[in-house]
Amino acid sequence: MKALLARVGVVRAVAFFGVLVIVPLVTGQIGWLTNALIFTIMYAALASSWNLVGGYAGYPSLGHAAFFGLGAYSMAIVFNGSVYGGYLPFVMLPLVAIGAALISLPIGWVAMRTRADVFAIVTITVLFIAQTLAFNFNTVTGGAQGKSVAPAPFDVSTYNWPFYYAMLTLLAIAMGISLYFRRSKIGLSLATVRADEEKAHGVGVRVTAVKLIAFAVSCGIVAMVGGVWAYYVGFVYPQFAVDPLITIGMVLMTFLGGRGTLWGPVLGAFILVPAQEFFAFTFGASQLYLFAYAAVFLVIMLFLPRGILPSISDRLRKKRAAANGILRDASDAASAVSAQPAAHQTGVTR
Amino acid sequence: MSDVLLSVDHFTKRFGGVTAVNDCSFSVESGSITALIGPNGSGKTTLFNMITGYLKADSGSITFNGETITRPRPADLYRKGLSRTFQQARIFPELTVIENLVVAAGYSWKGLFGKRVSLDDEVRAQKMLHEFRLESLAQLPSGELSYGQRKLLEFAAVLMSEPSLVLLDEPTAGVNPVMIDTMERHIRERNAAGVTFLIVEHDMQLVMRLCNPVVVLDQGSPIAFGAPATIQTDPLVLEAYLGS
Ligand SMILES: Nc1ncnc2c1ncn2[C@@H]1O[C@H](COP(=O)(O)OP(=O)(O)O)[C@@H](O)[C@H]1O
Ligand SMILES: [Mg+2]
Repeated sequence: MKALLARVGVVRAVAFFGVLVIVPLVTGQIGWLTNALIFTIMYAALASSWNLVGGYAGYPSLGHAAFFGLGAYSMAIVFNGSVYGGYLPFVMLPLVAIGAALISLPIGWVAMRTRADVFAIVTITVLFIAQTLAFNFNTVTGGAQGKSVAPAPFDVSTYNWPFYYAMLTLLAIAMGISLYFRRSKIGLSLATVRADEEKAHGVGVRVTAVKLIAFAVSCGIVAMVGGVWAYYVGFVYPQFAVDPLITIGMVLMTFLGGRGTLWGPVLGAFILVPAQEFFAFTFGASQLYLFAYAAVFLVIMLFLPRGILPSISDRLRKKRAAANGILRDASDAASAVSAQPAAHQTGVTR
Repeated sequence: MSDVLLSVDHFTKRFGGVTAVNDCSFSVESGSITALIGPNGSGKTTLFNMITGYLKADSGSITFNGETITRPRPADLYRKGLSRTFQQARIFPELTVIENLVVAAGYSWKGLFGKRVSLDDEVRAQKMLHEFRLESLAQLPSGELSYGQRKLLEFAAVLMSEPSLVLLDEPTAGVNPVMIDTMERHIRERNAAGVTFLIVEHDMQLVMRLCNPVVVLDQGSPIAFGAPATIQTDPLVLEAYLGS
């Protein structure tokens, strides 16, 4: 049974990434389509990384766009105006990740001493501090005038593909790390932190360490995504690079697809980004599209409050449990334990 | 002279105007099953929280295994061999039964990066599952367990770190009679294997047959200490339970 499930997982991943690898070869470069795909994959990677902290650790950070901006500005500062980078900016990404991860450590250490609403406020403050710095640190960031990134010397007819595959690689990395977390004691420890951090401390879980690992890795990947984005759009403005909407995107997509699941954030991105593009197209330049976008999110969350994937697997499990009901009762009696009905509970047990 | 494993020295804790624990001192002998009893609200849970570091004491300290600790921290104490359960069993409902055991067993830094449940973990956890007859539930999300099963799982989990002292907060409250017997049997077995217990318990019959000595708490201070039979007839104790 377990082996079978694992094989289903492998097939799903191979099919998903296989299709995305092949798409460009089939369609060729169609401006709007590649562009939409790049942004969809970008948000899938961002949401998957956010999920490491917001989902697995249960710390819904609102500050992640600051690290997106950090990655974007690193690109713009190193490969400024006339310096032609070619593939070099992509090669530099690991350094961006390490830098961002190191910077995120003290921030995470302070922020993650708080919980819930206080944590949200602390992290969103980080975001606004980053935006203020980007606006006012003129000599480095170019202030409100922004900063250009040297255009890539790629052939016009296939210009988008390097960015496309770079984003896809980052998505694979984010999902690979998510999978590794789930299968290692890091994920096990994070699950205890999410459920009951005080009790986790009490049974010797290295709470601070795993929280910081999750935070730093998450911020590192987000910064790499920001770097690729900056190289792709070619110009970094503070209001777009350090944008609360980017944070909100990561959060909404992860909630929609299912926090703490492998595919949830990806699913969320593949629903919300195209929806957003579609509504932006339909409603034109007016901001009305944001309402439609929010409506999609609200309707789904109304019917599937824990997100799409957890709600579905819950329903499947309940069905299976009902089918196994008789068996369960028997095993209860065998272990001479309480005959009280099993209370299904997902919240924290006090 | 008998060995003192834990001594509580002059613990005091106030919540606003309420003094929940008031200059409380007593000790737990190595190898004993010591009971901590007292009327509702007499400060037993608060005292447990202070001993294990979940609550900061206003004043006082503990001495565990010869080491005096003024600022107990739950994680440190757990690694030193002092573990506890909660009155409302606290398990990790999203984790399976076996994962609840594995995570409480402790692991090295290297282990942190290793498999979620390694072969070694599995072997260790299986032993405990067998001892507690929970094998058939091993892969079940623990959130699906009954209340009594959760209490049993939490007890099994805190034993995974091979503690020398276990604090149990009302292990039999709210569970059925069969489970009470099960709980009692496990406590006896583990005690015979050398584990010391400090138990908060309301079931007086259980206290009388299982525990010795008994510490009686009233309004945050010990008012009596001794064998169950003497406690039973102590006028101060009778007054605390029946009076006012
Ligand atoms: N967190 C708290 N805040 C305020 N008062 C508390 C708190 N915890 C316990 N108390 C009070 O302290 C007293 C002792 O409570 P507790 O230790 O739970 O008693 P017991 O476990 O013996 O029933 C009670 O009066 C209770 O209301
Ligand atoms: Mg109590």
